[in-house]
Amino acid sequence: MGRISAGCWRWAAAAMLAAGLLAPAAHAQTSGKTIRFIPEADLRSLDPIWTTAYITRNHGYMVYDTLFALDEHFKPQPQMVDTWTVSDDKLIYSFTLRDKLKFHDGMPVRSADCIASLARWMKRDGFGQVVAEAVAEMKAVDDRRFSIILKKPFPLLLEALGKLSSNVPFIMPERIAGTDANTQITDPTGSGPFKFVKEEWVPGNKAVYVRNPDYVPRDEAPSWAAGAKIVKVDRVEWLYIPDPGTAVNALAAGEVDWWQQLPADLVPELQKNPDVTIAKVDPLGSIAVMRFNQLQPPFNNRKLRQALLYVIDQKEIMTTLAGDDQSNWRTCYSYYTCGTPMASEAGAGALSGPRDLAKAKALIKDSGYNGDRVVILTATDQPIVDRQAQVAAERLREVGLNVDLQAMDWGTLITRRTSKEPVDKNGWSIFFTWLVGPDMINPALNFPLRAAGEKSWFGWPTDDKIEALRTQWVEAPDLAAQQKIAAELQEEAFASVPYIPTGQFVIPTAFRKNLKGVIVAPVVFLWNVEKM
Amino acid sequence: MFAYIIRRLIATVPVMGVVALFVFSLLYIAPGDPAAVIAGDLATAEDIARIHAKLGLDESFLLRFGHWLWGVLHGDLGVSIFTNLPVAQLIGQRLEPTVALTLTTLAVTVAFAVPLGVIAAWKAGSWIDRLVMLVAVLGFSLPSFVLAYLLVLGFSVELPLLPVQGYVSIREGFAPFIAHLILPSIALGLIYGALIARITRASMLEVLSQDYIRTAEAKGLAQGEVLIRHALKNAAVPIATVIGIGVALLISGVIVTETVFAIPGIGRLTVDAILRRDYPIIQGVILLFSAAYVLVNLAVDISYTLLDPRVRY
Repeated sequence: MGRISAGCWRWAAAAMLAAGLLAPAAHAQTSGKTIRFIPEADLRSLDPIWTTAYITRNHGYMVYDTLFALDEHFKPQPQMVDTWTVSDDKLIYSFTLRDKLKFHDGMPVRSADCIASLARWMKRDGFGQVVAEAVAEMKAVDDRRFSIILKKPFPLLLEALGKLSSNVPFIMPERIAGTDANTQITDPTGSGPFKFVKEEWVPGNKAVYVRNPDYVPRDEAPSWAAGAKIVKVDRVEWLYIPDPGTAVNALAAGEVDWWQQLPADLVPELQKNPDVTIAKVDPLGSIAVMRFNQLQPPFNNRKLRQALLYVIDQKEIMTTLAGDDQSNWRTCYSYYTCGTPMASEAGAGALSGPRDLAKAKALIKDSGYNGDRVVILTATDQPIVDRQAQVAAERLREVGLNVDLQAMDWGTLITRRTSKEPVDKNGWSIFFTWLVGPDMINPALNFPLRAAGEKSWFGWPTDDKIEALRTQWVEAPDLAAQQKIAAELQEEAFASVPYIPTGQFVIPTAFRKNLKGVIVAPVVFLWNVEKM
Repeated sequence: MFAYIIRRLIATVPVMGVVALFVFSLLYIAPGDPAAVIAGDLATAEDIARIHAKLGLDESFLLRFGHWLWGVLHGDLGVSIFTNLPVAQLIGQRLEPTVALTLTTLAVTVAFAVPLGVIAAWKAGSWIDRLVMLVAVLGFSLPSFVLAYLLVLGFSVELPLLPVQGYVSIREGFAPFIAHLILPSIALGLIYGALIARITRASMLEVLSQDYIRTAEAKGLAQGEVLIRHALKNAAVPIATVIGIGVALLISGVIVTETVFAIPGIGRLTVDAILRRDYPIIQGVILLFSAAYVLVNLAVDISYTLLDPRVRY
């Protein structure tokens, strides 16, 4: 039987080779200078200001450039800006653009383009809105020079202009940046290292970028989003392959070169493949979050939220979410991304100490909890969300909470969480999500940490002390002062519990061994990558 | 006949109107808000409300349906909420892979399943019959996505003969076009082929027991001629019916197959649109599907007149 089978295979292979059907023909699509890349999600929108979706942010980094960019030391470095000065009273920042900056349509990048782009960004981005409150005027001096004039000193202006994650203040042509901030742009003209080939864009399947031959990179070595952006291939194809089984096979067979986010359970499968490198190129990873609805019972009760700090076990949640391999996750008992300057364990004792269900039950009793239904929303199409919810639901039941775990898809969950109604009117009590590390590194960027009531993120916590400390932090003159205020703010956060951080994890990436120069950064960048 | 076709085509208009209204109503009451998906995870409720209003999603049901219907009547299926691209363009991008996959599957399964069904009926009770029926039962029992993974493992990973995923247009060459369709067609077609083979066998068995078949054999006609010219032709009406029904199966099955093989077809477009609540795309695709069903049924009805001279419209 074995001999017959082998013969059949040879016959089939020969026949198919003759017909030109075999793999070499199929793989011939991958030219030496094309990177075929499986991104984390499908590119649906081309406007990185209109949406905060990370995939659109990543697209933004391909086609746009920024005035400043964050480096691996968390310092904003000039990117499109050549030189800059600040007045002695710290109220006037003057910038000069680099020479020979050009948009993809051949037009030069002018001060007016930068001002229009920043103005649009300030209307949509949370940090941008804080900046807008401090800005008196943005003024073009000439085509290459412009100024930002402040009402009051704002020490974080350059950090804002070099904001790493959504929404990133990308620079667009004035004719595009003039679009209403609530209307999606459709013209992807930027001045970045890649050009988007809109004619080849098939949403849900493929997005194509080609090298921008007019891009003039900086001289410095690449460091996160800063430094030289040298494109070493002719073309990059983003191929959206939603099924992990297909993606792993495509990478193993060499049909794609790079899979951005490799699920932990498929790591062993690819580890056996000598042609594939599995790496962790995201130094900050992502932070998992358990969010409460503080407008409605039972979590409008501070003591009840505090009780859960003794119940939630980050190790348990991370193991469920990211597997046993501890190089893929860590505990992070901080409201700021661990491994960044503001992170500390100030006030974190209840979360970082041994799990103490007796203490939790006592606090629950003190809180006056009367058996109100706790509606936990979970999205079964989002494993990171669902695994957190499943583990937490069990633990909450153990301490006597009346848990109602409601399963749905992510599209329904993110609509349902906008409801401010009680749970018996389709409201909610808890949902889970995760945010990338750069979004949580300090009080200004950490969106879920805002506690301005109904102006805050879903859950709408109110804590005047947190808000006052945030304002102080933004105005703090130096790192030491920032760290002191950040720690104080965190102590208050662990007392009022706007959310519970449930751990920090990193999703490995996998690429073929013939790719060199992959940049280690919290955002995936495709410049500097060479295909051998 | 011509008048009949015209009457049937005109009758499709109210059918599609009812389908459109039904789908629109379902989407209206379904949970989920595209504005929330668009705004992203970091958005506030205010951001979502602003986008909601901008997209016109806070308009009344009748107004929204009226706008959409007016557009459809003018040949405009609307614009995708997310990509801002015309729905007709998005469907156009995805139509070719789905049509290619459906036709290939149809051709391959009919080409294999009908002869197998005929042979099984001819050799009823023999090992050949039992083997064909065993394959048919397997075809019914094995989910297409399981078969798809097995095929990929066998023919793309372990034995790298065929591509794992993707689609190449016929304009880029016939060989890569077919190479990308072989495994998806087998995965999609097995259940369909099983159905056709079983129906063909059952239908042939009934015909083969008729007197005129015995007469034909008694006249000394060759076995092949008896089977094809006399038996199969008379057994063809139920087979044609099941092939028509099978097209409906294929259209729904294509969703899974396109996902597993990362084929950018209508099936994946539909699933993605549903997951993110891209209403204009969902409505456009459903309209297309309903039109396809109606036309396939019409084609099957017309085929009866060719297969059976007694049928007249």
